[in-house]
Amino acid sequence: MKCEELLRMLNEYVDGTVDPAICEEFEKHMAGCDPCQVVVDNIRKTITLYKNGQPYELPVAFRSKLHATLREKWKEKHPIK
Amino acid sequence: MINQMPPVLSDGELVLRAKAGDLDAFDALTTRHERRVYSLAMRMLRQEQDAEDVTQQTFLSVVEHLDRFRGESSLSTWLLRIATYAALKIIRKRKGLDIVSLEEATEPSDHSDTIPHPEFIADWRQSPEQLVETREIRRLLDEALTQLDEKHRLVFLLRDVEGLSIKETAAALGLSEANTKMRLLRARLQLREQLTQTLGDPATQLIRSHNHPR
Repeated sequence: MKCEELLRMLNEYVDGTVDPAICEEFEKHMAGCDPCQVVVDNIRKTITLYKNGQPYELPVAFRSKLHATLREKWKEKHPIK
Repeated sequence: MINQMPPVLSDGELVLRAKAGDLDAFDALTTRHERRVYSLAMRMLRQEQDAEDVTQQTFLSVVEHLDRFRGESSLSTWLLRIATYAALKIIRKRKGLDIVSLEEATEPSDHSDTIPHPEFIADWRQSPEQLVETREIRRLLDEALTQLDEKHRLVFLLRDVEGLSIKETAAALGLSEANTKMRLLRARLQLREQLTQTLGDPATQLIRSHNHPR
């Protein structure tokens, strides 16, 4: 396996969906190729960092408006019998 | 605001109650998921007003169509799909593309077979766990995302930030799975490049000795 081929399989490898036979080749290549090893490690960390990112908070005024609008709409949709 | 419902109720239980007309259950569901929907919209659209519109449309759509939700996907996946659809409409409007799909509008360049090669390769100075969410890190992550082409950013957001599967991401964006994977790869490589420029330790920088045909 060449670096180029490894790059193409990167998603599958990082996501753990790579075919076992290819996985073996992938790891064999990495064992002898520091740059690819570091790139894979960088990619994993990049994904982790984004995955753990804090969500945006709703602006307070918007949030109360949103809930008021939704309640109103809800009552239209579910009129009390 | 404090949630009115006991926090132990699952989404499934709350959905059942909401379907039966329980407003408090619906309100609790909204409270539970609103930040995720709003965050996705903010990251997709990078504009507060538009993100608010998408959030409101998403939950209004839930009021309208909750009875159609059969629980085949998780509630959050369903919500993110609705939000994505609403956000894509805004993106298309911004571009003046009312009819053309995102796929058609952006497809051609994805047929190119080249994958950008990693340039700056170095170990990071800190682990993601050590890189606590400081304002600087958050800005760095947001800026790197902003640098991505929209088509790459959207795929990365749904797949890696929100954790949708490739299949769900492809469906939400109206893309083929092959195209989704290619975009994801480009997004990941480009973000790695940018983050490593800042977070990488130059002392550990590696230069590729292999021949890389460009």
